[in-house]
Amino acid sequence: MSRLLQALFGRLPIGWLQLTHNRNRFAAALAGVAFANVLVFVQLGIMNSMGAATLRPYALFQADIMISAGDANSLTDGGNVARQWLLQAMADPDVTDGMGLFLANVPWDRGEKDISLSTFGVDPVKPAFLNPQIAGDLAMLQVQDAAILDRLARGLSKEVAAAIRPQTPLSFESQGRTITAYATFAGGGGFGGDGYMMVSDQTFLSLFPARSSAAPDHILLRLRPGAEVAAVVARLRTLISDTSLRIRSYADAAQEDLRYQQTRRPTGIIFGFGVLIGVLVGLVIVYQVLSTDVADHLREYATFKAMGYGPRFFLGIVLEEALVLGVMGFIPGLIIGTAILTAMGKVTTLPLAMSGSMALSVFVGTVVFSVISGAIATRRLAAADPADLF
Amino acid sequence: MTPDTIIEAQGLSHWFGNGEARKQALFDVNLSLQRGSFTVLMGPSGSGKTTVLTLIGCLRAVQDGSVHLLGRQLHGAAEADLVALRRRLGFIFQAHNLHESLTATQNVIMGLQVHRGVPEAVADRAAVHALGLIGLADRAGYLPANLSGGQKQRVAVARALVGNPALVLADEPTAALDKDSAADVVDLLKRLGAARGTTTLLVTHDGRILDRADRILTLEDGRIVKVEDRG
Repeated sequence: MSRLLQALFGRLPIGWLQLTHNRNRFAAALAGVAFANVLVFVQLGIMNSMGAATLRPYALFQADIMISAGDANSLTDGGNVARQWLLQAMADPDVTDGMGLFLANVPWDRGEKDISLSTFGVDPVKPAFLNPQIAGDLAMLQVQDAAILDRLARGLSKEVAAAIRPQTPLSFESQGRTITAYATFAGGGGFGGDGYMMVSDQTFLSLFPARSSAAPDHILLRLRPGAEVAAVVARLRTLISDTSLRIRSYADAAQEDLRYQQTRRPTGIIFGFGVLIGVLVGLVIVYQVLSTDVADHLREYATFKAMGYGPRFFLGIVLEEALVLGVMGFIPGLIIGTAILTAMGKVTTLPLAMSGSMALSVFVGTVVFSVISGAIATRRLAAADPADLF
Repeated sequence: MTPDTIIEAQGLSHWFGNGEARKQALFDVNLSLQRGSFTVLMGPSGSGKTTVLTLIGCLRAVQDGSVHLLGRQLHGAAEADLVALRRRLGFIFQAHNLHESLTATQNVIMGLQVHRGVPEAVADRAAVHALGLIGLADRAGYLPANLSGGQKQRVAVARALVGNPALVLADEPTAALDKDSAADVVDLLKRLGAARGTTTLLVTHDGRILDRADRILTLEDGRIVKVEDRG
């Protein structure tokens, strides 16, 4: 390492030699940086998983435009949309098909633990609106109280989920009815539910008698190939007289939901602050280590000043130390962070995992906050007056 | 001032503090050191020895009078020029001031590395050679914590001399050493300086080393009161 740094900086790696001179303190400093990294990784992992969990239900459907109530900030929020607007939208020449989408949570008593399934009521004869992994089984939903179940739902064992087939369906009681799952798809637990379930709109209305077939939660539209989504959205806004409705492209709806979850929902803000606090902890730890190190070596620095070494040399030493701490602290932070996210992902079934982009961004962030801390710590170098040596 | 004049100070005065607390430390000091000379500056504590050393060493700004160091006027010189001049000097302190994390060789290399462009291999070789000259070749890889007081000061001498400075400024380098170690360090300083034509200005009130001096300047209350040539 010493040779590598010497080749890199073209001088004795004084920063490295200083840091490693006191091995216990060096280990403690690295542990501090690693801790800050783990903090950021976990918060970032949860925040990213929230993003992935938010977008996951959108991936279950295929649509070009979504019409929602004005207060529907997310897929699960807000009021209903009158079905008449679906018929009105179909008047646009580029709209080829439409489907009302119903959504509510269905409780399932699993004995030791109750789970809640985010349940979509869909038209079973419109497979074009469903993700291909579900579309093939959609026709089965025409059977009353039939369901397609999320095999990754929390509380559902892999063995039980794997056994679900049309020949060996799984039945359970909920909302006073017996629901029978004939097939499965890969969803996963989210923040608002333990998993997903698809039923027909008729089954959905049986499960929730208070809901009306004339008022789905959202309306999904498909356009003819080649149609310009933005232009159709603009036309629909004039065509549909209820100006309170949110008429957006399906992709925009997903992104707006994501932004809402990350910036306006308490969970998103809390995790965002968690990342910020992790960065601040890292800054403080590296600054504390470096400023203590500078203070401990003021006499040596003053000697070097007397000998004719300039400010760039001292800045170089402190930044070298900052880089060493940032890079070497990142490695254990990455390993521990990956292990924690993997374990949390297994336990919660949330999409928690270390990604290359997350590792890279935290690495760059770590190096940047280390360098900033180092730059701040160099202010203490001003106290090294060589005239005081005599 | 002759071509061999390394330092020429004329009418050098210096004050510390401001307002009513302002106190004059040097009064109209004149001195001249020639190339290769070994000069001892002595005097009681508070006589201004260290102030002279820091002014000549470009560590303080000259307030009044003139100091020519290696032909450059220090009065009014820019900080960057002072830093550049300091690279041509060698400093030896009362406390050895070696870097605790660096080995003896690495500490000596620091005396060379300040001159940019010296290849690593050349610096290594020169440092090992310098340690050999002071009899510490077998301690090259030792950290200062594992060297005796005398050995540390000898490494400091090697660090000061390895870059072939025109002038070595030594501040009480023997104060913390026993008699034998003190004699050892001063002899080394004189012998190596003479071999390289280095001028040495050594501040001390250690009477044990006066017989090595070519010239002794005595400072009292900020004034040079006695000049004794022995060369």
